[in-house]
Amino acid sequence: MAATTAEKVVKTSNKRNVVNFLTKNSMTIALVAVFILFAALTGGRLIFAQNMSNLLLQNGYVLVMACGMLLCILTGGNIDLSVGSVICMVGGLAAVLVTNLGWNPYLVIPICLLVGLGIGAWQGYWIGFVRIPPFITTLAGMFIFRGIGRLIVNSKTVPMQNDAFNNLFTSYINIPGLDVISTKEAPVDNPHVWSPLVIGAIVVVLILVLTTKGRLSKKKNGYHLNSALMDYGKVTIVGALIMWYCVKLSQYKGISVMLVWVVAVCMIYYFITSKTVIGRYFYAVGGNEKATKLSGINTNKIYFLAYANMGLLAGLCGMLCLARVGSVSGQTGTSFEMDAIASCFIGGASAYGGSGTVGGVVIGALLLGVLNMGMSILGFTDSWQYVVKGGVLLVAVIFDVVSKRKKN
Amino acid sequence: MADIILEMKNITKEFPGVKALDNVNLVVERGTIHALIGENGAGKSTLMNVLSGIYPYGTYSGEIYYNGKLCQFKTLKESEAENIVIIHQELALIPLLSIGENMFLGNEIKSGAGVIDWNKTYAEAEKHMRQVGLQESPHSLIKDIGTGKQQLVEIAKAFSKNVKLLILDEPTSSLNDEDAKMLLDLLMEFKKQGLTSIIITHKLNEIIYCADKATIIRDGTTIETLVKGVDEFSEDRIIRGMVGRAMNDRYPEREHKVQDEVSLEVKEWTVHHPLYPEKVVDDHISFKVHKGEIIGFSGLQGAGRTELAMSIFGKSYGTNISGELYLHGKKTTLRNPEAAIHAGLAYVTEDRKTNGLLLNESIRFNTTLPRLDKISKKGIIDKDKEKIVAEKMRKEMGTKTPSVEQKVGNLSGGNQQKALLGKWMFTEPDILIMDEPTRGIDVGAKYDIYCLMNQMVADGKSVVMISSEMPELLGMCDRIYVMNEGRLLAELNAKETTQEEIMGYIIRDS
Repeated sequence: MAATTAEKVVKTSNKRNVVNFLTKNSMTIALVAVFILFAALTGGRLIFAQNMSNLLLQNGYVLVMACGMLLCILTGGNIDLSVGSVICMVGGLAAVLVTNLGWNPYLVIPICLLVGLGIGAWQGYWIGFVRIPPFITTLAGMFIFRGIGRLIVNSKTVPMQNDAFNNLFTSYINIPGLDVISTKEAPVDNPHVWSPLVIGAIVVVLILVLTTKGRLSKKKNGYHLNSALMDYGKVTIVGALIMWYCVKLSQYKGISVMLVWVVAVCMIYYFITSKTVIGRYFYAVGGNEKATKLSGINTNKIYFLAYANMGLLAGLCGMLCLARVGSVSGQTGTSFEMDAIASCFIGGASAYGGSGTVGGVVIGALLLGVLNMGMSILGFTDSWQYVVKGGVLLVAVIFDVVSKRKKN
Repeated sequence: MADIILEMKNITKEFPGVKALDNVNLVVERGTIHALIGENGAGKSTLMNVLSGIYPYGTYSGEIYYNGKLCQFKTLKESEAENIVIIHQELALIPLLSIGENMFLGNEIKSGAGVIDWNKTYAEAEKHMRQVGLQESPHSLIKDIGTGKQQLVEIAKAFSKNVKLLILDEPTSSLNDEDAKMLLDLLMEFKKQGLTSIIITHKLNEIIYCADKATIIRDGTTIETLVKGVDEFSEDRIIRGMVGRAMNDRYPEREHKVQDEVSLEVKEWTVHHPLYPEKVVDDHISFKVHKGEIIGFSGLQGAGRTELAMSIFGKSYGTNISGELYLHGKKTTLRNPEAAIHAGLAYVTEDRKTNGLLLNESIRFNTTLPRLDKISKKGIIDKDKEKIVAEKMRKEMGTKTPSVEQKVGNLSGGNQQKALLGKWMFTEPDILIMDEPTRGIDVGAKYDIYCLMNQMVADGKSVVMISSEMPELLGMCDRIYVMNEGRLLAELNAKETTQEEIMGYIIRDS
């Protein structure tokens, strides 16, 4: 009798654990499901090396913007509508300075980042210190910076033909000795790109070393330790994914510099949001601003930082887009902010602020990216892609809200 | 035999962990003004919410007879259908709508399906406004008329619902004396026309002025009903009824070892309301607390105690703050809460859900928030260390939960209060300001919190306690300051004073 009750308890707790796991990782599971679905529907074309490489490059700007947008959303579901316009303005500025005026690209890049930061600081000032609602401030910014952007490019399409500039964003990493590239001018018998494999392997080993080191230091200090199976299981899965992706990259041109930029930004923001004091404050402000203020934290400054930072990242995105597309027009970046916002919410950020992770946002952005790419390969028009994207956003948020309500 | 309009029998209402009403009985005669009196939290408003259906039938036990008929109201609408109207202390008017619109909100006069008949609405509104003597256009916006007139709008609104039993919760608390008297005269006028009113108030002079009967509620039970002309109907008599409970060992023993050194002293502290800068919330308040001492602030809600504490705590409330602040004898200014925390002050808010805790975050997150610098290096948080210190605070506070990863929002009131205390104890304060530290929590948790306060002063720290529960102040404090309407009325030795004396100061000042 007692044994059966105990068994029941174990069973129900197991069941609860499974349900918990599923709801916690619902978006990861959805991403995997959608990925497999489209891989099957496209007859494997989705996982062609070129498509896999492009998946991250096409969505790189979304990932970068979404990292900044996450900080804004964390402060209380606030969004930044001006991002697309800032991309147009900063991208246009870079193109005009380099192409039309012949400035040195190494000088132009920091200037453009500063301009982005300045725009963000401008908006952050009004939002943080004067308490103008973010929606209105950034809606105004959306008009203002779009207009200035058009003035800068003089309503024309300005190309970017400076190799030095483009190479900083769109070239592929080639390591002499590992990579042998065949070109028309200098054909080679046996072209191959091995650098992604080597770099991938180094990264995997690094993750393994860091995990072990973390475990050892926890053990030494007597802190709570996850089971070895869990920690190393995670490393195995992540490592396998990285190696698989690197194999794909090695089959198509190699690692793009753009990818390095994007991964670096995501990792920096992952670090900020999960490990730092300032990152903690973004969550606190969104969780309960009054209580945060009374805990001795300058909440105005947190709002300011969220939007100043968004401006900086929008500036970076402006240059990423410019380099990838090769030109800027008055229409560049239109509605890009919406992709970033959608990624955050699909990735589990709360529309009321206070919760959301960079990991979730990356998954949200990738889910949108896979949908886009899969449907493009299958020949769906843009119009259908919008319908599906909107549907996914709504379903994701409904799922989030309803599952939270049930818990309470 | 008297004509009874309302009889509430054996009403019991429980909230999680707290019995708010315990077999309360109330009998109201038709055509009288019946006062309901008791301390804050005695259960007056709860009782009226039971009557009006805000706490629906089924969530309480007991019976309500209205006009001799058993009533089981499930919503406010159902009680209004019986012409029972309740006017809350916080007026339920929408500032940017007109008087007429407000009066018929949710009760609109329609000419067709869903179409409002504005002509009739404003004509009706005007009629009822004249009834209560309100000389305003029904088109005026609520935000443009004073609180006195707003109160009249509420009463006119009640008349538009053909009120037979009018319940007023602290109707005069935000009015000046003149407006208050006008309102009471109006009620007496309506009484002659046959209206029955139940009035909840702290102001005993008003009760003596207008009420026919007064029922005293204490700790969720009815104590007695005094009848004008039959019983002794004086302020002293009512105060005795309100506070006359036996003191017992609800307060842990402590040695009173007050040191000579003053840890916090405030001189001529004046604070103005943040939205209405002409309004003085705290008027030239001076007080001090020694090391090893617990001082208390007594007073009614709105006496300016919370505002005083918050304005001291890094100017987190109010504008045009003036006065001098001394910490350990040194004159200081605390520009913001951060400065206050680093100067060794902690303010434990009365409103833990809005001002104290992040309900969606864990105990760990909440505990370390004010002093993340203690568990971080160069801005990077040591999460393992964080877990350990949070666990340590949880154990010290005696918060009952399996893990510090528990969401604070899922804890009971008492445990939330302990989590909040843990957060502030983590800042290692020298001067702990506690605002209503035991509100809405059970007896056991209260005792734990008292023990914690004793531990603080035993370590030579200082505690400032704001409380509306006088027995608690008398049981815990060394000295008690009495405040009313932003002014300091008295400084009393807790050993020598009584509840009657404190209440007397407050009532006579009102």
